[in-house]
Amino acid sequence: MTGRALMPILVAALLIGAIPLFVSANTVLNFLVFTLIIALAAQGWNILGGYGGQFSFGHAAFFGTGAYAAAILQSRFGINAWAAFAIGIAAGAAIGWIIGYLSFRSGLRGSYFALVTLAFAEVFRILANASAITGGAAGLLVKLDVRPENFQFASRAVFVWIALALVVAVLVLTAWIERSRFGAQLVAVRENEGAAKALGVDTLKVKLTAIALSAGVTAAAGALYVQYFLYIDANIAYGTWISVEALLAPIIGGAGTVLGPLVGAVTLHGLGEITKTLAGRVPGIDLVAFGALLIVAVAFAPDGIIGLARRLRARIGGGGGA
Amino acid sequence: MSLLAVSRITKRFGGLVAVNDASLVVEQGSITGLIGPNGAGKTTLFAVISGFEAPSEGQIRFDGRDITALPTHVRAKEGIARTFQIVQPFAGLSVAENIAVGAHLRHARRDDALALARDVARRVGLGAELDKSAASLTVAGRKRLELARALATGPKLLLLDEVLAGLNPSEIRDIVPVIRAIRDEGVTILMIEHVMQAVMNLCERVYVLAQGRIIAEGEPRQVCEDQAVIEAYLGKGAAARLSARAGGAHG
Repeated sequence: MTGRALMPILVAALLIGAIPLFVSANTVLNFLVFTLIIALAAQGWNILGGYGGQFSFGHAAFFGTGAYAAAILQSRFGINAWAAFAIGIAAGAAIGWIIGYLSFRSGLRGSYFALVTLAFAEVFRILANASAITGGAAGLLVKLDVRPENFQFASRAVFVWIALALVVAVLVLTAWIERSRFGAQLVAVRENEGAAKALGVDTLKVKLTAIALSAGVTAAAGALYVQYFLYIDANIAYGTWISVEALLAPIIGGAGTVLGPLVGAVTLHGLGEITKTLAGRVPGIDLVAFGALLIVAVAFAPDGIIGLARRLRARIGGGGGA
Repeated sequence: MSLLAVSRITKRFGGLVAVNDASLVVEQGSITGLIGPNGAGKTTLFAVISGFEAPSEGQIRFDGRDITALPTHVRAKEGIARTFQIVQPFAGLSVAENIAVGAHLRHARRDDALALARDVARRVGLGAELDKSAASLTVAGRKRLELARALATGPKLLLLDEVLAGLNPSEIRDIVPVIRAIRDEGVTILMIEHVMQAVMNLCERVYVLAQGRIIAEGEPRQVCEDQAVIEAYLGKGAAARLSARAGGAHG
């Protein structure tokens, strides 16, 4: 991979990673961890939706599976938190592969695929809300025992760095995908599946690889959520909110770009926080801001913020030459 | 030796028989034509050969092997590439990236695939458009792109579905030598074509499909004088009227 591809990743990592060195306010660090968790979930969505063109409306299915696997393995089976975290990622990837196999095998595309993923997430939510092993509607607490080997830290800054490390790892993974054969075939599937087949692309295999990767990354976000908040219930884990967050951030930031999901998550939640601070007492005002931003993005920046920036740079470059 | 042998293929869509008991043979190293009136089933037959549609009956042998049950991408790996009558570019990608998707079939590394893409682009006359978006190409450019992508997969057999349709006479004159050069480099070609001047020019052997059936085969000139072929294009009795008129003119 060339330095040119890795440079923006390094810059983003340093910018965010430096914040806890200067700011110790809990609200800021909370905001950072939460935004990075959303960014991670969104990066997962971006692999399948942004690069592969398979729009999932149910990435909660993977977020929740990662979260519950991590929580259940720790609290019910006493498995080490780091191991549970890894198994959570694997479990999410496996669920992704299975959902992918069932829906891609039957040739579901576009809105049909979106609806099926939504349905899976909802079924999981209802099951998790009713069954004993997930703690039902009361949810599941992970025992507070602040030790590094338990993936629990007294300092929120450490969590910022861990979340950031995961986000950066996926940024590098995505940059690698962009320049690999798998990535070229995945984008070909997005652009025109029939033509891809004719050129020898095993479209089913490509889509299954993409959904497994995508689900694994989003599951990591879920498992990280559990480690940070030490609590999970069905409406958090499998709720529609996370499916929406996971697709909104890449669309606003720039779907099918390396930095899109991170830029989108920071923009969305940054704006949400600012609106909440300014308009204080009005409940749900940040959601109104989300909606407004989405409308603006769809109308004026269909390729997201990254796409808009590229267009502006091209225009300035062209203007300079003229 | 024949590279492709299509034997007794029938394809039904519900009650409609699109291809009816059609057989044809494509010799190694040849350019073979498949012509016929609109709706004759030519594109359906191509879809069956390339694996996009499963035949209702019949068998397809390629390079001595039965490939009837193989999926499309495996047939591409075996060496069958096709272009689409309605061009199907990856519109969001550049010309080079479009061709690289084909090149990736036999090249895992991105640099190798892009190098091959540049090479193929030059061969079909797209060398100057490599960095352009595929969506910005003209119709003639898109036809060349279809050709380039298919060629980049390194095929033994190239199925060309009306690559000349929609081009003006000067564009056709430009692309005919490109097709001949591809054959001369060892790629066997089966082409669906309506532009008869090109068929006469390029093809050694022609099959005529009408209403799903092969009604004639042979050298292009001989096929054009075939009574059944003239009637398939122009209607019943047309052959007799034409020869009567020709006879009248002579008398």
